[in-house]
Amino acid sequence: MALLEVENVHAYYGNIHALKGISLTVEKGEIVTLIGGNGAGKSTTLRTISALMKPREGKVLFEGNDLSKYPPHNMVRHGIAMVPEGRGVFAKMTVRENLEMGAYYRNDKAGIEADIENAYTLFPRLGERRSQLAGTMSGGEQQMLAMTRALMARPRLLLMDEPSMGLAPVLVDVIFDTIVKVNEQGTTVLLVEQNASMALQIANRGYVLQTGEIVMSADAKVLKNDPSVQKAYLGID
Amino acid sequence: MDITYWIFNLIILAVIVYSIYWVYKSYKTFTWVDWILLLFRLGLPIFLLVGMRNTIVSGKYSLDQWVSLIISGLAQGSIYALIALGYTLVYGILLMINFAHGDVFMAGAFCAYFVANALAKAGFWQSSPIVAIAITIAVAALVSMSIAVTLEKLAYRPLRSAPRLNVLITAIGASFVIQYLIKGFFGSAVRAYPEVAPLKASIPILGAKVPLAQLVVLLIAMILMGLLYLLVEKTKMGKAMRAVSENKEVARLMGIDVNQVIAFTFAIGGALAGAAGVIEGLYSPQGVTFTMGFFPGVKAFTAAVLGGIGNIPGAMPSGLVLGVFESLGPNLVLGGLGIPSANQLKDAIAFLMLVMVLIFRPSGILGEKLSEKKA
Ligand SMILES: Nc1ncnc2c1ncn2[C@@H]1O[C@H](COP(=O)(O)OP(=O)(O)O)[C@@H](O)[C@H]1O
Ligand SMILES: [Mg+2]
Repeated sequence: MALLEVENVHAYYGNIHALKGISLTVEKGEIVTLIGGNGAGKSTTLRTISALMKPREGKVLFEGNDLSKYPPHNMVRHGIAMVPEGRGVFAKMTVRENLEMGAYYRNDKAGIEADIENAYTLFPRLGERRSQLAGTMSGGEQQMLAMTRALMARPRLLLMDEPSMGLAPVLVDVIFDTIVKVNEQGTTVLLVEQNASMALQIANRGYVLQTGEIVMSADAKVLKNDPSVQKAYLGID
Repeated sequence: MDITYWIFNLIILAVIVYSIYWVYKSYKTFTWVDWILLLFRLGLPIFLLVGMRNTIVSGKYSLDQWVSLIISGLAQGSIYALIALGYTLVYGILLMINFAHGDVFMAGAFCAYFVANALAKAGFWQSSPIVAIAITIAVAALVSMSIAVTLEKLAYRPLRSAPRLNVLITAIGASFVIQYLIKGFFGSAVRAYPEVAPLKASIPILGAKVPLAQLVVLLIAMILMGLLYLLVEKTKMGKAMRAVSENKEVARLMGIDVNQVIAFTFAIGGALAGAAGVIEGLYSPQGVTFTMGFFPGVKAFTAAVLGGIGNIPGAMPSGLVLGVFESLGPNLVLGGLGIPSANQLKDAIAFLMLVMVLIFRPSGILGEKLSEKKA
């Protein structure tokens, strides 16, 4: 049984048919990437998985369970955490408070403290700025915060929506290295990216999304060498 | 005497000179709206300064009279501040103005009236006034809290994604529903609170005889605001409130039940309004009636706007400032300008302030600086 199964999902914004029957699977322990151009429906796919949106048709199964009967705030209890597009840090709260929010559903004080210390070890910048308001930090620092905040929930599946957006190449490397590290420690990752070359480097498998439909799915290596992918998403002619 | 007079004249002169300089610098880009605003900007300080100069030079009031005016202003202002917090908490989270909030306060005061009377009959106010106050506050807070939460569930939640005008109209409707329910049950008579003998005492401060009731009111308000501050800053629920007010969707991703947090916010605002209803009763000689929520409601709204609506720490000082302005303004400024029954204009001061703030600093006196700091 796959960790995550998305079966023939259709999603709408009013009359806009944003997802036209998407199916994908993520196995336990994988990094799977979903690449595609602007407006392809990548964020909508993640929002459907995290139950922020209800699919009009189709199913999302997590560990074999249909979670659609639960409200969105229950997803994190079931083991799904998300780093939203544009990071979504709470700008007027401190770094530490942001991390505490990530662990909102947990009640094990000692465990939470330990995880906060881990976050500071993972990104010493966050430790230095623990009492600073998150809104005053740079984009890269905010991305680090958004990512560690999601990890505070100890998720089994981590959804990441364009973590490289707007970051300098050095910082993109830092973030992607961390994704690999987190994955090695046992967290399954579904990574949405426009930066396809970076995503395909670290992923096991990939899906290509185009105007609400999956047009290709294969091993990351295969996708990286596919001429049509190279032309459309990797900037190689 | 003479020195004070000339100091005021100098300040007035400085205001005029500065305005002329300012006009000289930028009159080319002025539209007629700017000229009218300039008239306000120039006229208001001069108006205030001339009034103050005349009153102070005339020596009509002694120091102890000023002290008692200020303290009674602070006491009244702390009631505004407690109500203002309800507006600001709800606005911070839903970007809506709960215009029925003044009536939540009124319901609290009504409830306090019945509880206070029962306790008075039992002789409780005499034997242990502190416990009696605590009980009255607890009951009134609970009642107002329930009303506020019910209001949110029945009237506002179904309109969560409706246009803002619909919500506003619903809030005004809800205000009338609460008022006329109370009127229907209890009539329109004004009912006086029981006399609370221990609070009748007065305490000398700087030569002024300050009623104990005013000090108690101030103390209770300060304690409640301190508790609210701790709640919002330190507790898990308070942090969830701040998270929801920043971004509901991300808050959901964190596992926060947004509806629960919104209900909690209404509950806290309602409880503070209920407590304000009680201390209004302790402080003011008038009784309770079903329309009594309107003026404090609108003035507390003014205070909330003054402090930058949605900004919790701003509501407290601006409530106090509004109370003091209202209490000093008529005597200090209007009296000095020879206006005969200056005290009748008390309410006008609050509303003038609301209009001025909305014209000149819609983000509130404290609002803008704070957002700059946090941006
Ligand atoms: N809030 C919204 N309201 C209406 N349409 C939307 C909304 N969000 C996204 N869409 C539309 O849905 C489609 C998919 O968007 P999205 O999932 O955000 O794409 P991506 O993340 O791949 O850039 C686009 O056509 C977009 O215009
Ligand atoms: Mg997107």
